[in-house]
Amino acid sequence: MKLTKTLMATSALTVAAAGAFAAGHGMSDSMTLVSWGGAYQNSQQKAYVEPYLAMNDGVSATWDESSAEAVAKLRAMNEAGNITWDLVDVVAADAIRLCDEGLAMEIDHDEVLAAAPDGTDASDDFGDLIVSDCFIPQIVYSTTFGYRTDMVPEGVDAPSEICDVFDLETYPGKRALEKRPINNMEWALLCDGVAKEDVYDVLETEEGQDQALAKLGTIKDEVIWWSAGADTPQLLADGEIFMGSTYNGRLFSVIEEQDQPVAMMWDAQVFDLDGWIIPEGLSEDRLARTLDFVKFATDTQRLADQSKYISYGPARASSAPLVGTHADLGIEMAPHMPTDPNNAANTFLYNYEFWADYRDDIDAKFQAWLAQ
Amino acid sequence: MGDAILTPIEKKPASFTASVVGAFGAFAGIFVGAANGSTLLGIVAGFVILAGLAYLAMEVLDESQEKMVRWGLIGLMGVAGFVLGGLPGLVVGLLFGWFFGWLIYWVGEGRYRAHLVPYLTPGQVLWHYTFRVICGAIFVFLITPILVVMPLSFNAEDFFTFTPEMLRFDPEGYSLKHYRDFLQSDDWQQALRNSLIIAPLATLLSVSFGTLAAIGLSQPHVPYRRAIMAILISPMIVPLIISAAGMYFFYSRIGLQGTYLGVVLAHAALGIPFVIITVTATLVGFDRSLTRAAANMGADPVTTFFRVQMPLILPGVISGGLFAFITSFDEVVVVIFVGSANQQTLPWQMFTGLREQISPTILAVATILVGISIALLATVEMLRRRSERLRGMSPG
Repeated sequence: MKLTKTLMATSALTVAAAGAFAAGHGMSDSMTLVSWGGAYQNSQQKAYVEPYLAMNDGVSATWDESSAEAVAKLRAMNEAGNITWDLVDVVAADAIRLCDEGLAMEIDHDEVLAAAPDGTDASDDFGDLIVSDCFIPQIVYSTTFGYRTDMVPEGVDAPSEICDVFDLETYPGKRALEKRPINNMEWALLCDGVAKEDVYDVLETEEGQDQALAKLGTIKDEVIWWSAGADTPQLLADGEIFMGSTYNGRLFSVIEEQDQPVAMMWDAQVFDLDGWIIPEGLSEDRLARTLDFVKFATDTQRLADQSKYISYGPARASSAPLVGTHADLGIEMAPHMPTDPNNAANTFLYNYEFWADYRDDIDAKFQAWLAQ
Repeated sequence: MGDAILTPIEKKPASFTASVVGAFGAFAGIFVGAANGSTLLGIVAGFVILAGLAYLAMEVLDESQEKMVRWGLIGLMGVAGFVLGGLPGLVVGLLFGWFFGWLIYWVGEGRYRAHLVPYLTPGQVLWHYTFRVICGAIFVFLITPILVVMPLSFNAEDFFTFTPEMLRFDPEGYSLKHYRDFLQSDDWQQALRNSLIIAPLATLLSVSFGTLAAIGLSQPHVPYRRAIMAILISPMIVPLIISAAGMYFFYSRIGLQGTYLGVVLAHAALGIPFVIITVTATLVGFDRSLTRAAANMGADPVTTFFRVQMPLILPGVISGGLFAFITSFDEVVVVIFVGSANQQTLPWQMFTGLREQISPTILAVATILVGISIALLATVEMLRRRSERLRGMSPG
């Protein structure tokens, strides 16, 4: 019911805008959108794809759930000279890589994207989140910890600090960590006495990397390594682990939608960005359709709408005040946003440049350490 | 051997019966004990209780009371199970009661000897049953992963987990919602439609080309038969990912990538080897003088093929076709490369579903697919038997 209302409201609002366009003139009538599947893709479908299709009769959108291998697939498509995707959802780091390789289209954000309702330019509205000339930010998400409330030992406070993850004495039990060095190395150093502002300086050095791995080594026997965002929620629901890291939206779904005895930790959550890129080499009519869609899909109201379905923060500053209640559960979404002041008391900023430079080296080292 | 009684049976000494049944009891006690806190206590108690019961049944009570004793055991163990573990315990207890009631008389009366030839030594008798247990264990090992999926697909929660409600057999813990998800979600329905379009078309192509190739290659006068055969079978031997990557680049250049036709052709190429192999095998038993006889009576080669040869090799053609169908229906690697989002098939949808969101809808789909696969394989087996019977190879 709510969906229908939203649909009606959005279509009513945008009827004028749609009329202004010569309804699909010179635009292709189908799009292939690439995303991550699951609840996240669902939020995109509800918040902007369905409204867009309702406004544009005869246009169809197909989802390809290939974001995880978007870089490899775009390379292959480029090589084969056959780009089948129109708009690709990737994390910021992948967007930077694709941009560097010339596989993603560089855009003028002010020209391509809608201005905020108060007239602020898109580039000011998104601000620092435009980390690459090709990147069109959608959401801010964070990687953080959740823990099972019923596995907290008696007489002990629930874990509330990142270093509780490394404290096996007070909080015995299995942990789930992502099977890659990013985030884990930073957390390990933070809990090994390194000050927040020095983490990346330390991590540049061999000794710093060894120090981080040594700290991770103290809990290695108790760690289950995950590689898909759905793993940790499943492990938590099974009671296989006491605590584990994953994306905050996944934890929200476990806690509020699935009603599992799980709570969020939020401490030292690491912010990251997710957004669209337009592949290089689209034909004119497809590019026209994609630009038309992306302008709509990333305007202030649409990004705010997305937070009705998933607890990721809209990337536009002007969307924040419009964040409302969850579409099905009716609960206020603002307190579940990673950017909410209560949750963001202690956050950690992911350093794109550092990881772009050091990722290959540290990855190799980390994988070797895992195999030991 | 059938059910014939080959060896007269006699009652075994009480010490033998009690200790064998007791040993089984100790084994069961490991699990009951572990579930209730103490494995060691479970082993000891299991041995003592079962040895005692065996002694009681064999020595104290009369043999004519067997039926009553066995029902009594089922009831007794059921109640004990209920006390220890609630409803699931009751079920386990009833099963235990049934099994031990049977075991006591099977061992005690020496019935295990009845269907074996009389000259076997005790060691050979023991091995006979050990062998059966090993076979059973292998069977369980193979089948359990498939069976576990089935109850989980009726989970009321969105996780791959046996919830406490499910273990208590609480109806609340079960639901059909994942089946509903499957039947109502556009993504899954589109995937099902794609699979049902692609697989039969690919099968049709595989069967036509494969049968023709097999018949051609079975003619003795065809040159380079082995080389041609090897090339045709190669999709089965080359790692799938290599075929897939090759097809991707090739099909992209000629505009077939991301089209239904492209996926159908790719799957047909994968299915052809199966058809060739099964049809070639059937042709071995085909009597060539029949075609000559048909020609002699004035039938042209096409008529001969459809009226004489085809009916006789049909079982091979059909089982090859079923393999080709299952290959296409289960295939995920090639379709990811050659297809685009519009051609998402069921296995592709399951693959992405598993990676991005562990939803039991996949289990519901898996259960349905297992059902279909069983039906298909049963058909193949029945056809095989029919063909053997027709050719007089086995007394069916």
